[in-house]
Amino acid sequence: MGRITLSKVTKTFGDVEVIPPLDLKIEDGEFVVFVGPSGCGKSTLLRLIAGLEDVTSGEIEIDGTPATDLPPARRGLAMVFQSYALYPHMSVRKNIAFPLKMAKMDPAEQERRVLAAAKTLNLTDYLDRRPAQLSGGQRQRVAIGRAIVREPEAFLFDEPLSNLDAALRVNMRLEISELHQSLKTTMIYVTHDQVEAMTMADKIVVLRAGHIEQVGSPLELYRSPANLFVAGFIGSPKMNFITGAEAAKHGAHTIGIRPEHLAIAQEGGSWQGRVGVAEHLGSDTFLHVHVDGQDPLTVRVPGEAGYRHGDTVSLTPNLEHLHRFDDKGLALR
Amino acid sequence: MATAHSRAAARVMISPAVILLLGWMIIPLSMTVYFSFLSYNLLMPGMEEFIGFGNYEYFLTDPAFMEALINTLLLVGGVLAITIVGGVGLALLLDQPMWGQGIVRVLVIAPFFVMPTVSALVWKNMFMNPVNGLFAHMAKALGLPPFDFLAHAPLMSIIVIVAWQWLPFATLILLTALQSLDKEQLEAAEMDGASALDRFRFIVLPHMSRAITVVILIQTIFLLSVFAEILVTTNGGPGYASTNITYLVYAQSLLQFDVGGGSAGGIVAVILANIVAIFLMRMIGKNLEA
Repeated sequence: MGRITLSKVTKTFGDVEVIPPLDLKIEDGEFVVFVGPSGCGKSTLLRLIAGLEDVTSGEIEIDGTPATDLPPARRGLAMVFQSYALYPHMSVRKNIAFPLKMAKMDPAEQERRVLAAAKTLNLTDYLDRRPAQLSGGQRQRVAIGRAIVREPEAFLFDEPLSNLDAALRVNMRLEISELHQSLKTTMIYVTHDQVEAMTMADKIVVLRAGHIEQVGSPLELYRSPANLFVAGFIGSPKMNFITGAEAAKHGAHTIGIRPEHLAIAQEGGSWQGRVGVAEHLGSDTFLHVHVDGQDPLTVRVPGEAGYRHGDTVSLTPNLEHLHRFDDKGLALR
Repeated sequence: MATAHSRAAARVMISPAVILLLGWMIIPLSMTVYFSFLSYNLLMPGMEEFIGFGNYEYFLTDPAFMEALINTLLLVGGVLAITIVGGVGLALLLDQPMWGQGIVRVLVIAPFFVMPTVSALVWKNMFMNPVNGLFAHMAKALGLPPFDFLAHAPLMSIIVIVAWQWLPFATLILLTALQSLDKEQLEAAEMDGASALDRFRFIVLPHMSRAITVVILIQTIFLLSVFAEILVTTNGGPGYASTNITYLVYAQSLLQFDVGGGSAGGIVAVILANIVAIFLMRMIGKNLEA
């Protein structure tokens, strides 16, 4: 079981408060993603849960037992590091078996578990190699293998894919998601990439400067962001924000409209503009439209749109998907 | 681009340096070999004659030779053991964050800058002297009779002095190795349930093995030729108790004016050093690969 509860947890380094008092509940079997920009405290939060950092105040409970003062090894968690942190002088087999050896498990049982993990992760042919002889993706899998052999209560991932190239990243994303489906163990995953968060998470925790901005399923965050920060962070390309008179018409300080919720026509829409850069991706076209008196708006047009630089176009927002925010940046419902 | 022509030019241009270095090494070596086959004593000038392996026979069958050989190995082994174990310990301590780190590190390195004769004299006169030495005072304060280190445990005393000089070197090399260890590896091991001792044994020590190899190789080269410390403290005595091969060669050629015998001893020392080197490379050389 892997239920993790944080209550009033804080962390300060010297005079700097990295995590102000924070409450969070993670249910058993959930895939939770901590997402936020660099330096928002998401990795620190993960390390607090792992026990690699001591909390300044507050309580951490794992499965209902207080774990605040437990050393990392006794919390029953396994962690995959950004640098993988494989032991360079040990073979893949010994790397994966290391936690079992430390637990003084019977060697035959160790071997059985290592082989099972290697099979799951397609590492069987590489068991006698050293980490230096493996590719990035394979090292990543060894790091995951070292985590799964212990059969932990929960897995902690600290930006595990950020050292991989784009194609491999998509692959590993799928593999980790599949691993979660088959193991059904709680996983906590830290990333700054909102695409990873959206595609993998059951529950996303959006962090900014140590504060939880919003917690919810990916689609909840997409449909009803609680504030400007979440609205801007979730979704790609970014949501367009419009302030001033245009927003006042809708009774808000700021309105937000996603690029995919803007209809484009030659004329007759709400806003007239001129096409700046057009990005043709094949499946979609992103147009950057300059509207007088406003920041440029990004528009997503499905398929291969025939618009070119300099064309005059007219945009109409889909009012059902219009987001309204007050002057403090909070969503108006 | 290395064309055949530019390679040839390069060879021509480096040849003076190579020839000079080669001559620098070959001429003394071949002269030593030549002298070792002569009966050549400075007290009897003009009486040199070829005597074949006579000098070697004389040197190798000298009862002092075996004793000097054992002393040499004990000295090298003893100093290596103390400096490696002590160096790892000190490196672990110095790696801890603490106040005044910079000053402490400089102080630890300091003994390495003291020349061997001076440090040996300091040890002899200020620490180990049975009348005025610090150790004698400490023994007396405890009500014990003072111990005359250099008379009763001469080799042990020299091992301590030499180890004191080389400890900073080992510490410095091992400390840099320790600092290059990825901290995430230690954290991963901590998550994996490794105790502090396990982390040292399975992560830190293997990481330092290459640095330890380097320390052993470099120190062995210098420790085989320890001389100044013996000369200023015990003069190889009492008897031959603290004579090593280097000192024996010195005694042979410069105290007995026997150039031939000394040269033969020198050649024997070169051969022994190479045997030690072969053993070392066999044992720990694989650590340096890859």
